[in-house]
Amino acid sequence: MIKYLAVIVSVVGLGMIFLPIVTGFHEAEQLSPLAAQYVEGSINDLETQNVVTSVIVTYRGLDTLGEVTVLFLATVGVGLLLKDGVKNRLTMPFSEMLETTSSVLVAMIMVLGIYIFTHGHLTPGGGFQGGVVIASGFLLLLLTSSETKINHLTLHLVESLSGAAYVGIGVAGIVLTIGFLSPEVLPLGEFGRLLSAGAIPVIYSLIGLKVGSELTSILVTMGGE
Amino acid sequence: MIPVIVIVLGIVMLGAAFAAIYFKSLLASIISAGVISLFASVLYLILGSPDVAMTEATIGSGLTTVVFLFALYRVRKGNLDD
Repeated sequence: MIKYLAVIVSVVGLGMIFLPIVTGFHEAEQLSPLAAQYVEGSINDLETQNVVTSVIVTYRGLDTLGEVTVLFLATVGVGLLLKDGVKNRLTMPFSEMLETTSSVLVAMIMVLGIYIFTHGHLTPGGGFQGGVVIASGFLLLLLTSSETKINHLTLHLVESLSGAAYVGIGVAGIVLTIGFLSPEVLPLGEFGRLLSAGAIPVIYSLIGLKVGSELTSILVTMGGE
Repeated sequence: MIPVIVIVLGIVMLGAAFAAIYFKSLLASIISAGVISLFASVLYLILGSPDVAMTEATIGSGLTTVVFLFALYRVRKGNLDD
């Protein structure tokens, strides 16, 4: 009885805390000054069509570097804990139809993933989304075909080289006295083109490769028995 | 029209959340946790943020579900049915 009473009291209390947010809600007529600054700067100074990408890669670039580091540490942790015993793989019972269809689909999924991270500055999406799509393509390959062998050395090479190149672009901004992780280390180009927005597409492609290889290595490690 | 869709999506997500808690089978719980993310991604798309919707759909309902399934498989030593 007391347990239920405590639950009801805490739910009502939480509701009271959030009540001002609901009653005082009104739709924003215009952007806040900070948001307006980001939108203006993204389009006029950085030549980036997708404002979200310019915020993630440039204005909040240090946070993104931190996120990539957290994901890297998580991958290292999974690899360390589950190191031994990646011998037998979890696989579905094979049928020829499944194997043939998935081999066609995997190529399409990979192309979609690469499209998502190379066009991150033009259309919705970017390095993280594209990397996960690529990892899911590898997952399909792992689950449907027993002959798939994923080379750990290649995965680690791609992952560490792209990570080092990402930090290298950031440091190049310091050397050229523009600022850490500034996209202006490369020419900004013309608004709306694939090769525009300076280093943003390069950084997002590197993040895509890094995230894709990290998540693939997690899936390979966890899928092993 | 859009408020109705948002309310329906919210109800489905709440239902899936309660189902994830009350299902006896862990496999069913993992699947319904993935369903929450899937509907959340549709909600983000309706609210006008396709970037977040993409992340939620791929990471939330795709990869996390698979990682949970692999973890369940490893814990159960291959007994995926219950």
